[in-house]
Formats: sequence, structure tokens, C-alpha cells
Amino acid sequence: MSVIEVRGLRKVYGELTAVDGVDLHVDRGEVFALLGPNGAGKTTITEILEGFRERTAGDVRVLERDPAQGDPELKARVGIVLQSTGVDPFLTVRETVEMYGGYYAHPRPASEVIEVVGLKEKADTRVNKLSGGQQRRLDVAVALAGDPELLFLDEPTTGFDPNARRNAWQIVKNLTALGKTVFLTTHLMDEAQVLATRVAIIAKGTIVAEGPPDTLAGRDAMHARIRVRVPPGAPDPPSLGQTILADGVMEIRAEDPTRAVHELTGWAIDAGVRFETLDVTRPSLEDVYLEITGGEEGTE
Amino acid sequence: MSALGQTLRQVRYTNTAFWRNPASAFFTFAFPLMFLVIFTALLGSGEVEFARVRVPGGRLVPLVLEQATYFVGAMAAFGVISATYTNIAITVSFQRDQGILKRLRGTPLPSWSYLLARVLHSMLVAAILVVITLAFGRFAYGTDLPTGRPLLEFLATLLVGSLSFAALALALTAVIPNADASPPIVNATILPLLFVSGIFIPLTDRAPAWITTVGNVFPVKHFADAMRAGYLGNVRLQGTTFRAFAFDWSDLAVIAAWGVLGLVLATRFFSWEPRK
Repeated sequence: MSVIEVRGLRKVYGELTAVDGVDLHVDRGEVFALLGPNGAGKTTITEILEGFRERTAGDVRVLERDPAQGDPELKARVGIVLQSTGVDPFLTVRETVEMYGGYYAHPRPASEVIEVVGLKEKADTRVNKLSGGQQRRLDVAVALAGDPELLFLDEPTTGFDPNARRNAWQIVKNLTALGKTVFLTTHLMDEAQVLATRVAIIAKGTIVAEGPPDTLAGRDAMHARIRVRVPPGAPDPPSLGQTILADGVMEIRAEDPTRAVHELTGWAIDAGVRFETLDVTRPSLEDVYLEITGGEEGTE
Repeated sequence: MSALGQTLRQVRYTNTAFWRNPASAFFTFAFPLMFLVIFTALLGSGEVEFARVRVPGGRLVPLVLEQATYFVGAMAAFGVISATYTNIAITVSFQRDQGILKRLRGTPLPSWSYLLARVLHSMLVAAILVVITLAFGRFAYGTDLPTGRPLLEFLATLLVGSLSFAALALALTAVIPNADASPPIVNATILPLLFVSGIFIPLTDRAPAWITTVGNVFPVKHFADAMRAGYLGNVRLQGTTFRAFAFDWSDLAVIAAWGVLGLVLATRFFSWEPRK
């Protein structure tokens, strides 16, 4: 069943067309990531879905309702983590979650929500004593307080250090275990790769590719990349279509990596050569992304 | 939960957060008392002459007030304006900048309920402030407290005034571009009025006409006059009881008209999202 259904969405601000004919749908239980450089239209689309902005044209259904109507019954089923948002600095974590939970007919117990986001130790700490990462986790807790079916996360880990980011990802994974549908925007490849069941890449207001992160834009059919470093003084390896990169690193783009690795390592063992490094990688989501968006700014 | 229940619940959270913000709570309460002490000390135990009243026997007797008595009434009015107008305009601007208001719009809580809770809370603070100011005046300067009909008029003024100044504060946030700009803008709108309305400096018969004219246009002077009339109640002069100041319901009508204007403008122009 479709949780989000968008057809021909357009948003024009004066001269600027921020969103230019976007179609997308998100099914129940999915983690859908909208991936794109800054200024591509991610937040505009998200805020139209959340009901904060009016669309210029197109058909939008969220949980089978039009979000532009400001329908309180729809708001009761949706949790929103805005890109930049705040809560009262003088309330504690528990008070904040309880306060927001009270706006909903069937809130989740505050202690449960606080545990899901990993703030149990900080439950009685005032918000102004939390670190930036902890405040962001509280943002998620507040969005979960009403036990929503659908959760919007707009750039949820921007400004996080790698450790905090990994914790945040675990929180999102916990959510999917609770059966939530998650609509996520990000400009981080690894975030989309780790979390999303489906990714749509947006550039200049249009969706340029869509699919599961592993097969997006034929990623699974693209050639694997084998890189080895041959020690100095070793005999020349057989010709496998390699190119020599800097530092004596040799790269092979292999249509059949199984065979290529076998030939390469077979030669090395026969010749008594020990590779200093050996890596086999598939093209990353980032490679696909850069190819599609033409390496626009904002890829971090 | 009913909308009213939700609103009262929100008043509780607003109240908790208010008292935990020491700077804001302290200054809201300290300013009127501080000004009361400073003005009374500066102007000594002087008297303010307001008018002459005719006592039995046909003589005209000057109606004078002790400075302290005058300023207790004026500072109570100032306290109400601080607690409602100043406090709401600044707090709401900050909450708008922090994205708190926008986040609320994404919840099923009716947005009017959140703002009404803030208004009700500021009225509660205003009431506490008035009680403290009057009690301070009673014990420090021996001023009398209103009773009877003047007391009812005093309470009616408090109600109409605090609601109206709250509505004007919500309207003002529409022209405040960001939180940092809110204190200067709020002060720029209210400080001159406090001076031309007899709050800081008594307006006697000798006050220039234009000051009185300007004061009469805006709600502050009408509020201060009505608060003073209710607060002073009746005085006895040479064996006869006089109403010290006539309480004029038209003062309340002017304040309420400004309040309605504020409400209309706030409904039309209030912004829930931070200004870019």
C-alpha cells in the first residue's frame, strides 16, 4: 500500500522552478531516501509532503490525504524532524517528550521513546544541557512521541561526527523494526546506502534515478574495480586491461571480477609476488551519483 | 483531551519553562519594583498635584497624591505591560527563530491553543506582579489597597489591558525580522509611550498639551489612568469622601479597540516560520 503518492509535482518560486515534475511513491515499511546536492529541491519536496508549503501543481497524497489541507487527523499520524528546529531549552528531555506526546490521541510512552533514541541517561536533563547530537536525537524522539506511522527525517545527521552518525543510523534502523515508514532526505551517500530500501536521486528539481541502493542506475551491472599494489622490482603482470595509477597501484575494471582476480592471483603465486594491497570494490553509490549528477557541488 | 484541557496543560509547561529561565523571570519581576524604589527615592516624599476639588463650604482644595502612592499604581500598570506585551513579543520571536513554532504546526495541537496558553500564562504572571507591587507599596510605603467598586474596576482594567497588550504583542511579532531584533523593536514601540502616558513621569496639568494628545491616541495612557483610578479608589478630604480619579469606562473601550486591532493584524500577518 502506498503511504506517499506524488504525481507531476511542481513548485515555482517567482522565476525559480525548485521542483519540476516529480513523481514518486513510498510503500508502507520502506525507508525511502531522497538523495541530492544542496539546492536540488529535497527540502521543498519534503515540506510540501509535510504540509508546510503549498505546491504550484501536481497531485500529492500522504496516507491518502492531501497534506496542504492542514488536516489534524493526518498530522496525528505523521512525525516530522525538520532540518532545523528547536524545543524549549528549559524543559527536560522527559518533559519535552511528554508534552509533545500529549498533543496526540495515542502517544507512545515517553520512557520508551527516550530509550529508542538512546537518551535514557539524559531523561531528566534540561534541553540546554544537551550536546548538539543529543538535541538532534531529541528531535527524533519528539517526532516519535505521537507514535506516527510515517516519519519525515530532513537531513537528520547533518553536522554529526562519524560516531554520532552511526548511532543515529541505528536509531533509524530501530524505527523500521517498529514497522514505521521513513521518508529521509540526505546528501550523504553512505547514509542512503546504509539506511534506505529505495533511493531517488534528485538534481535540479527532477528525479534522475530511482531504485534500491544496490542496483540503482545499473550499479550492479557496472564493472567491478580491482586494485593491487605490486611491489617494486616484481616482473610485469599479464595484460588484463589494467591502468597504472599513482604509487604503483594497478587498477582493473573487470566485467567478470571472479575470473580477473583468479588470473591475477594465479600469476602472482606462480611468480612468487606478494601484493602489498588487494582491493575488490563494486562501484559505490557515490560513483553512480557523481556520474548521474555530473559531480555537482554538495557531495561532501 | 478537550481543546480547553490541552490549553491548560500547555499553560503548565509554559509556566515550568518560564520559572526555569532565571534571566527572564528575574527581570520581569525585578524591573517594576526596582523602578518603583528608584522613582520614589529620586522624587523624595514629594507630592503630585492633580486637580482641585470643591469641598463643602465651596473652597477649592488641591487634590494631591504622595509620590509613592502615585508610583505604586503606575508601576503595577508597567508590570502588566512588561509581563504581557514585552514578554510575549520577545519570547514568541525567539520561539519562531528556533523553529519551535514551525514544529508545533506539524502536530495535531491547534496552533491557537499554543498561543492562547502563552497569553493566559502571561496574564497569570501579570496578576502575580500586580499583587507583589501592591503588597510592596503597602508594606514599604504604607499605601492603601483598593476595595469595593474601585477594586472591581481595577480587576476589569487588568483583564482588558493584559488581553489587549498580549494581542498587540502577537501582532508586533509580524514586523520583527529576527529574535535579535526583538528587544530593541519592542522597546522602541513601548518606551516612548511609557514616558508620554504618565507611567514614569506624572502628567500633571502642567504637562504640554501635545504629550497628552499623543498619549491619548495609544492604549498605554488609558490603561495607566484606569489602573490608577481603580487603585486609588476613594479618598477622604476634609471630612468628605471623593473619588480620587474618575474611573472612565471609555478608557477600557480604547484599550479594547487596540486589542481587537492587534488580534486582527495578528490573525492576518502572524508568521510561524523563521524569517530568512
